Amino acid sequence: MDHGTFITAAYTITGLALGWLVLSSMIAMKRSEALAKDLTARKDGDPQ
Amino acid sequence: MHKFANPAQFLRLARPLTPVLFWSGLLLALGACAWGLTMTPAERLQGETVKIIFVHVPSAWLGMGGWVGIAIASIIQLVWRHPLAGISARAIAVPGAVFAALCLATGSIWGRPAWGTWWVWDGRLTSMLILFFMYLGYIALASASSEKGNVSRVAAVFGIVGAINIPIINRSVVWWESQHQKASITLGGSSIDGAYLWPLLVSFLGFGLLYGAIVLMRMRTALADIRIEARMRRLAED
Repeated sequence: MDHGTFITAAYTITGLALGWLVLSSMIAMKRSEALAKDLTARKDGDPQ
Repeated sequence: MHKFANPAQFLRLARPLTPVLFWSGLLLALGACAWGLTMTPAERLQGETVKIIFVHVPSAWLGMGGWVGIAIASIIQLVWRHPLAGISARAIAVPGAVFAALCLATGSIWGRPAWGTWWVWDGRLTSMLILFFMYLGYIALASASSEKGNVSRVAAVFGIVGAINIPIINRSVVWWESQHQKASITLGGSSIDGAYLWPLLVSFLGFGLLYGAIVLMRMRTALADIRIEARMRRLAED
């Protein structure tokens, strides 16, 4: 039995899952914070 | 703690802390995995597959630790009504579910060469699978019943009651016959050789810091979404 295949599979799955988790969390955070900042600026700049 | 229940105070701390936790966690996790993969010897009975320990065990600990975090945050939400408690519980849930899933997946991959099977319905594996389904249930409940970005009381009560599964997972290898080995690391000490123990502890620290960074990112997202909702409502009213 080739142990390398099992080790590679375990580390690959971990890397992919955590990579997806970090990227999706980071993108969602940057998008929401940018939109919140934009809306705040729009409100503050509104002459009314 | 009351000071950081204020979202503005929390954000002042979370903004600089997020990249610190992320980069230190990433470097430690990658370093520990490289250390474990290249510098530890093959185990006498299991051979090289023992090296899966450096991702499997941190995933298991963080999967269980995540639920403890949800339970503590839920208690704080219900008792002291901290505005950030429910948000933090919800932010802990998705990464917790991912770590529980990783524990099951890497354990199954490790089980095939070590036990000759991908899966057995014994106490440890089954209680861990139940934890994963509980995470899914919590995420669904918290998403369906959120109140101004916070989770509902029903989800908070589920978070507290569900914590009963954590000691069950921990004691499962003692209470029932199991393919899974008994606990190697306890509060009293460790039966693991230092060659494996140190990279394992560094790996746990690295993945733990990454978990912290992800929770902060998700909390910041939730707080920004609340601000967006409030601004949109005000803009619509004007």
